[in-house]
Amino acid sequence: MEYKIYVRVAAEFTADGKMTPLWITWKDGRKYVIDRVRSCERAASRKAGGVGLRYTCMISGSEHYLFYEENYRWFVEAKME
Amino acid sequence: MERTILHSDMNSCYASIELLYHPELRGHPLAVGGDPEARHGIVLAKDQLAKKAGVKTGMALWQARQACPGITFVHPRMDLYLRFSRMAHEIYSDYTDLQEPFGIDECWLDITDSCSIKGDGKAVAEEIRSRMKRELGITVSIGVSWNKIFAKLGSDYKKPDAVTQITKENYRTIVWPLPAGDLLYVGRATQKKLAKFGILTIGELAQADIDFLQRVFGKMGAVLSVFANGLDQTPVSLENTEAPIKSIGNSTTTPRDLTCDRDAAIILTLLAESVSARLRENGFACRVVEVSVRDNGLYSFTRQRKLQMPTDITGEIADAAISLFRESYGWQNPIRSLGVRASDLTDPLTPFQLDLFLDQDRRDRLHMADMSVDSIRRRFGFYSIQRGIMFYDRALSKLNAKDDNTVHPHGYMERGNRTGADGAKADESGYATAGRR
Repeated sequence: MEYKIYVRVAAEFTADGKMTPLWITWKDGRKYVIDRVRSCERAASRKAGGVGLRYTCMISGSEHYLFYEENYRWFVEAKME
Repeated sequence: MERTILHSDMNSCYASIELLYHPELRGHPLAVGGDPEARHGIVLAKDQLAKKAGVKTGMALWQARQACPGITFVHPRMDLYLRFSRMAHEIYSDYTDLQEPFGIDECWLDITDSCSIKGDGKAVAEEIRSRMKRELGITVSIGVSWNKIFAKLGSDYKKPDAVTQITKENYRTIVWPLPAGDLLYVGRATQKKLAKFGILTIGELAQADIDFLQRVFGKMGAVLSVFANGLDQTPVSLENTEAPIKSIGNSTTTPRDLTCDRDAAIILTLLAESVSARLRENGFACRVVEVSVRDNGLYSFTRQRKLQMPTDITGEIADAAISLFRESYGWQNPIRSLGVRASDLTDPLTPFQLDLFLDQDRRDRLHMADMSVDSIRRRFGFYSIQRGIMFYDRALSKLNAKDDNTVHPHGYMERGNRTGADGAKADESGYATAGRR
């Protein structure tokens, strides 16, 4: 079971308005740098529940989805611990 | 040239969206329902599981619980559904600018001109279906045909998450065996009347004699025959165009049953405020005021009255509604819901005949006062300024009819009858082709 968790994200805006997330700050303060954004498309998260722009991000060698929701917040699909 | 028309229908729209946002509820029966406290306690939408258990749209919440004991109710979130509707239209607009919404969750698309680039109707429909699932997380069923009526029947034919193509080759086997009641404009009454003449399916309707249908149903008889034969010519309207407004109305189910004239006056005044504010917003004046009444035995009626002068003044509309109500209702039963509608709209700048015995200066001042109230409400909120009558019963008057009700029902012919069945004309053009085939 996975759930939705809103996270703090630093993003860069280019002069022509393109937005790229740079790093995620987890709730305990740990910082995860996004090495590369593989793709960005509109998608629904059926696991966590929500719709938005889905950034497919490479974080320390593995692939993760980062969603920019319509309510202007970022979320990830987190595993239930 | 033959048109290619799609009709896309989001499957149990509200329930699917709620399930998307509440993944933990997936696998349990769910219904989206109103607020039983405010007595809007009916099922608006249900998911597949609840449907299987026999829950129907329009059931009271307690009936739904009886039919399906494990059911979960969630409150409707209209803003969210409207957002999804908008996102769906963004997807549709990648294929055509001829898209006409029919309610919040249905839409017709005319993709005739983009078929050369995007592929045939079926291919485009499949692409839209998979994009909706991936990008919005909800499923749609799509009908593909050469006219709007059959496209709509196609989207109802197989659900959920499916594409049905109705062509000139297969419509006799797909559409014709369906019950006549599935056709647009065949409601309960028409269906009963048709059954009396032994017309039970769409096919039987299509093959019925047109003169006979016209004799029984009047103009609509020709229209129904056109629909059943797939000869409907109604075009898909350009996106973001609205049919001209013909009337403006608001109605509400009240928080408690109304039992006296004063209760009714509070609600009617409230509704008149909303209706007149919307008239002023759109630059109209009305010449006819209509009230609709439904009592707690669900008996309902409407009455209307022509006004002496066109107006957009709240007080005049409220007075007309209240006196109309008093004359037409004898309090046989407590009242459950009321509505006020303004119609026969004119531009307030059109010259009109003044009345010697009516103080037009005073009317102009009332109009200015209403405009001031509108602008105060725009700046400081709806409740910042209220009429004295509202203080008789705060529970009743806490309603904000204007901002709380924003979804409008649509009629298939709100832009006029464009089916190609214009009474006599249909006999020559439409039916000549029907005969040839």
